[in-house]
Amino acid sequence: MTAENDKENVIDQPEVMTPRMVTIEIAGKKVEVPEGITVVRAMWYAGIDVVRGIGCLGGFCGACATYYRTKDDPKVRTCLACQMAVQDGMSFTMMPPFPARKATYEIQNLQDPKQDLFNLYPEAPLCRNCNACTEACPQKIDVREGVWKAVFGDFKSVSEMFMDCVMCGMCTPVCIADIAPNLVALYVSRAQGAHFSEKPVGLETRIKEIQDGRFNDDWNKVLKMNEKELADYCASVK
Amino acid sequence: MDIHALQQIVHKTRDARRKQTIQKFSSADRDQLIHKYHPDFRASAYRPIRFGPNEGDRTVVELATLLEGDSPIQNHADLTPHYTTDVLVIGGGGAGCAAALHAHGAGAKTILATKLRLGDSNSVMAQGGMQISVAPEDSPVTHFIDTLKGGHMENDHDLLKVMVEEGPSIAKWLIELGVLFDRQADGNLHVKKGGGSSKPRLLTCSDYTGLEIMRVLKDEVINQKIHLLEFAAAIELLSDEHGACTGAIFRDLDNQRHIVVAAKSVILATGGIGRLHIQGFPTSNHYGATGDGLCLSYRMGSNLAHIDTFQYHPSGAVYPEQLIGALVTEGIRSEGGHLVNAKGERFVNELDTRDVVSSSIIRECEEGRGIRTMSGRVGVWLDTPLLDAEHGPGTVEKHFPAMMMQFERFGIDISKDPVLIYPTLHYQNGGVKIDTNAETNVKNLFVAGEASGGLHGRNRLMGNSLLDLMVFGKRSGLTAAGRVGTMNQGKLTLKHLDRFRADAKKHGNASGVISPMILPAYTRKVG
Repeated sequence: MTAENDKENVIDQPEVMTPRMVTIEIAGKKVEVPEGITVVRAMWYAGIDVVRGIGCLGGFCGACATYYRTKDDPKVRTCLACQMAVQDGMSFTMMPPFPARKATYEIQNLQDPKQDLFNLYPEAPLCRNCNACTEACPQKIDVREGVWKAVFGDFKSVSEMFMDCVMCGMCTPVCIADIAPNLVALYVSRAQGAHFSEKPVGLETRIKEIQDGRFNDDWNKVLKMNEKELADYCASVK
Repeated sequence: MDIHALQQIVHKTRDARRKQTIQKFSSADRDQLIHKYHPDFRASAYRPIRFGPNEGDRTVVELATLLEGDSPIQNHADLTPHYTTDVLVIGGGGAGCAAALHAHGAGAKTILATKLRLGDSNSVMAQGGMQISVAPEDSPVTHFIDTLKGGHMENDHDLLKVMVEEGPSIAKWLIELGVLFDRQADGNLHVKKGGGSSKPRLLTCSDYTGLEIMRVLKDEVINQKIHLLEFAAAIELLSDEHGACTGAIFRDLDNQRHIVVAAKSVILATGGIGRLHIQGFPTSNHYGATGDGLCLSYRMGSNLAHIDTFQYHPSGAVYPEQLIGALVTEGIRSEGGHLVNAKGERFVNELDTRDVVSSSIIRECEEGRGIRTMSGRVGVWLDTPLLDAEHGPGTVEKHFPAMMMQFERFGIDISKDPVLIYPTLHYQNGGVKIDTNAETNVKNLFVAGEASGGLHGRNRLMGNSLLDLMVFGKRSGLTAAGRVGTMNQGKLTLKHLDRFRADAKKHGNASGVISPMILPAYTRKVG
């Protein structure tokens, strides 16, 4: 049986067969696009050449932070434009680069990272608990909780909570205390990794073994092999 | 049929499949499979390059056309530099950041230029992990052998030895910068087994390894106050009268103006070619993966290696439409996920190398055992719920949060339902030929990361890319910085371009194509 005459194993996708056109608003301008395509593709469909605002197209880089609202809903929500499907009546605008302040630091030279947080980001303890950052996070991180945990020195929890953070920065413009939660969490996560994580003993051992030439005999054996010997040897390694 | 009805066969056959062991192919069978089904062997997609350093070598039509393309720079262009630096790094992904940080750390004045934002790259999407031989039962030599095997024995031995030996010190560097690799209970680095590897060797940060590394490296580039030129696309390199590289010309994508940078050394870290959509394949690559570095260095006279071979990652999403081409991490198969055809059968050892697994998926689909979508795509099932069945409920959610979220956005729960996948254009196995310091045959022109070639042979092993970026980013940065004190800034000329254009004319090249491409043209196309 060839692929062409196989009628059984076909997934129904009526929306693909006859795309339903929907009306959306891109930065205030009405356009018709096929329903269900991503917000990024809707912009391309409308002829908009996007330079700023597209990065990895896989939901990881945070370049395509976008504000959107669905039909008749007053609530403005956030999304990553490459990961969101359009629907009728949707309205959206990409977030412009936001001038958040990033503190700079020499991560390895920090003497007291938990105290240094207050020097680098003195605004961090001023959180007024409005929860807007959490609501703004397209990665569903409990951002507000993370800021509090950072302030209370629970760096480990913060680093775990923010592993999903794509640094889109949508938590920042909404903060009434001018905190940039993603940047605070980045500092905290790096400090956790550099200062509060166990040193992996096995890694140090391996580095020393390489320096001491522990594998030299194996190298000599392998690198002296001719093509055939090497191929046979490779085939023998399972 | 309804997708859930079609998925039933995967659920029904799960328990029977769990008892099954599928042997890896013998090397003869594996070669036969690849020759018959791998896209690298589709002769009609290839043609010889007409002129230049690789004249007569075959590559895919899309790349050949760009390599032969003309420069957007006219030969009377104003070359007065806007900036002068010791080391110019072009590209803001993993290799570019590693190069810039090491060059800067060694005391060189460094500029990092990138056509999108710092960090917008494929590196940020790397989910599977980073191969480094840290486990006691493992060794750099075993890492070398596994990689060689995966690369069909065509890897450059010198490059490969350097990479595997420097791996552990790279892990140490990243940990000191604050990268949070997964740990074992005893504090040692947790290692996972990757496709084509004989030992568990993948360091991971859940399924966010690339993102975690890039968050840290980007932050460090900013902390070190390295001079950044963002939204600056390199459109031509500069050479002195002897042909050595002396700088580059950029187009500022915000205002279309040219920026000329004079540099003692240039490090190209421009990444791969997925957005050329070779042979019409969807791609897992980022928006800017258009092979710019290959075109730029080719015009300078750099030799390319293995540019006839590309990696089609076995598991690109086929459904839903919004995720077409997006990667479904190999980690799922590392943890025991089965590939299942429309008949509910397994057909390959899921942990074989990527080229073998991809070829076998293409075989299943071409022989009518695939599942088709109405948009004309075809694929096979990846049994994700098996992981919860095997390792306990919550496994998928805990180990693959990124993927869970990606599909959840479109109403699909991958811990309950299998996903439909087909190979997606993922990686350029070859690239600009480099030596162990990442320098090309053009003096003072370095290439690091995916844009370089030779290291991976004809098929890159999973998890070797992140390490490649770090090792050769570092070596290029240190070598370039090491030269600063003993050299003067060379003249800025376009002599290489005169030579290239004369060559093009001699071969009657009048395609009218201008390269590099910079960004793909997607407007008005929904694809």
